[in-house]
Amino acid sequence: MIRHALAFLAIALAVAVFPAFFGNYPVKLLHEVLIWGIFAMSLDLLMGYAGMVSFGHSAFFGIGGYVAALALKVYPGVLSALVLPALAAGLAALVIGFFSIRVSGVYFIILTLAFSQMFYAYTFQVAWLGAEDGIFGVPRTSLFGVDLARPAGFHVYLLVLAALAALTLWRIVRSPFGHVLRGIHENEARMEAVGYPVNRYKLLAFVIAGTIAGVAGSLYTQLNGSIAPDAFLWTTSGEALLMVIIGGTGTLGGAMLGSAAFILLQSLVSTYTERWMAILGLTFVLLVLFAPGGIVGALRGRVGLRA
Amino acid sequence: MSFVPDLFGQALNGLAYGVLLFLLSVGLTLVFGMLDVVNLAHGSFYMLGAYSGLALIAATGNFWLALVAAPVVLALIGALIERSCLRPLYHRSPLDQVLLTFGFIYLFEDLVKWIWGGRIRSIPAPDLFSGSVTLFGATVPSYRLFVIGFGLAMAVALWFLIERTRLGAIVRAGVFDAEMTAGLGINIDRAFTGVFAFGAALAGLSGVIAGPIQSAYPAMGASILIPALIVVVVGGLGSLKGSLAGSLVIGQAETFGKAWFPEAAMLIIYVVTALVVLLRPQGLFGRPLK
Repeated sequence: MIRHALAFLAIALAVAVFPAFFGNYPVKLLHEVLIWGIFAMSLDLLMGYAGMVSFGHSAFFGIGGYVAALALKVYPGVLSALVLPALAAGLAALVIGFFSIRVSGVYFIILTLAFSQMFYAYTFQVAWLGAEDGIFGVPRTSLFGVDLARPAGFHVYLLVLAALAALTLWRIVRSPFGHVLRGIHENEARMEAVGYPVNRYKLLAFVIAGTIAGVAGSLYTQLNGSIAPDAFLWTTSGEALLMVIIGGTGTLGGAMLGSAAFILLQSLVSTYTERWMAILGLTFVLLVLFAPGGIVGALRGRVGLRA
Repeated sequence: MSFVPDLFGQALNGLAYGVLLFLLSVGLTLVFGMLDVVNLAHGSFYMLGAYSGLALIAATGNFWLALVAAPVVLALIGALIERSCLRPLYHRSPLDQVLLTFGFIYLFEDLVKWIWGGRIRSIPAPDLFSGSVTLFGATVPSYRLFVIGFGLAMAVALWFLIERTRLGAIVRAGVFDAEMTAGLGINIDRAFTGVFAFGAALAGLSGVIAGPIQSAYPAMGASILIPALIVVVVGGLGSLKGSLAGSLVIGQAETFGKAWFPEAAMLIIYVVTALVVLLRPQGLFGRPLK
């Protein structure tokens, strides 16, 4: 417990002072790691704890991103940057989840995938959302007097939000609610028989994960100043799944580690060779085959740490 | 262009696309039915088929030879993947298999970019079908008619193979209950490899056939994967009849949708898919869920 807290603080501190030692490009990479990490952690709540493997989690990432883009252009402020995107993504998760939790396994995968592709097909076509080019020139806002357009301000903002997301999710998975989710993952019929309203628990998990994914999407828009329909594409969900698996499912910290590994691998390999996709694919195949527990699983096996 | 020829031309385009989807979805649906694996790399097999065809045509100058040889190449790749990568995962969660095949999408797409570059490569139609014919006032490339005829002939041949031969009986039994089939003395391991390789070969075959219509490009596999998955789910997982019906419906829906309501075409297809999964999860022709 204390060791976990110390590790968390050490990482937060390292992230905080990172820009003092590195240039613009590594800092941009770090920001991407944090944002994708938030997104992957929210997916881990679904797949790692509740056992719901969604191939449509990009729906909420995209909704958060688009709502932030539209709102920030009209009315810059915390409402547009965080509150509205989170609410919109949460509401969408409530509707999509209401239908999706009725089926399971492959059907759940296909249904969530179909829902996210609907958003892709729609945003790709309609002119008012910029069609296939998406929305550009989204300004950053200022928060509590801190100008997020300045690099230092944005860095602190991302760090605080990533830490908040991690703490919130960590608190959730260790609450009685989180234990019920794990129970559903282990044996849904038993939880039902014991008297838990399983569907209500699953829906709530889906909405929480969707809301946090919406925040990640909004941050992604704020980082780049733009958002495009690709955010909704099923491969966006697939990449987040990869991150969770690389890091280790059902560990939260693993999702953040996986995000770091994925983005570092992508940028490192792509500086040496154009073949980063092949190397990434191969790494992934090998990981699934030989290290199903991901990085965290491998570490625990070797160092003998227990959860 | 007047209304009737236009309608007729569109219907033929939709039929050609539907036939391609059918050849692709057979492998997907049989592999799911028997091995319980959702093979996301199935689109990659289609793409590899198109590029193998391209290479074989470049080497031999003969389209027909490529049409026969590319599926053999893909069958070997499929058998290799099943034996070396999928087999160790059967006792693990089905998710691991989905993720493994997702990794192969990246690997294959990039390998193809490496060897052939990222740009679109056109594949010429065979000389025999390089012209076009006029039917009901519509000018139709004769290659498209060949694709439709070939695809329908393949559908009949597949029906015969699955429903009327001993091999087909083993596959049907494996789809119904793989463990029981093994218990009856069938070598189910070999059947698994065979079905996976067969599915890959069919995907490769449809890749070669699609070449002269759609050209070959690295992302072609990822972009046809979702329609093929939709066909399989709408038709009913593990059902050959369902795949045929699903492909023909989705083929027409997409072609007419794109021509008449370009804004909403893709959206409608996903809405229909979601409705089928919700209201009739076994699909149109699938067995009721256990």
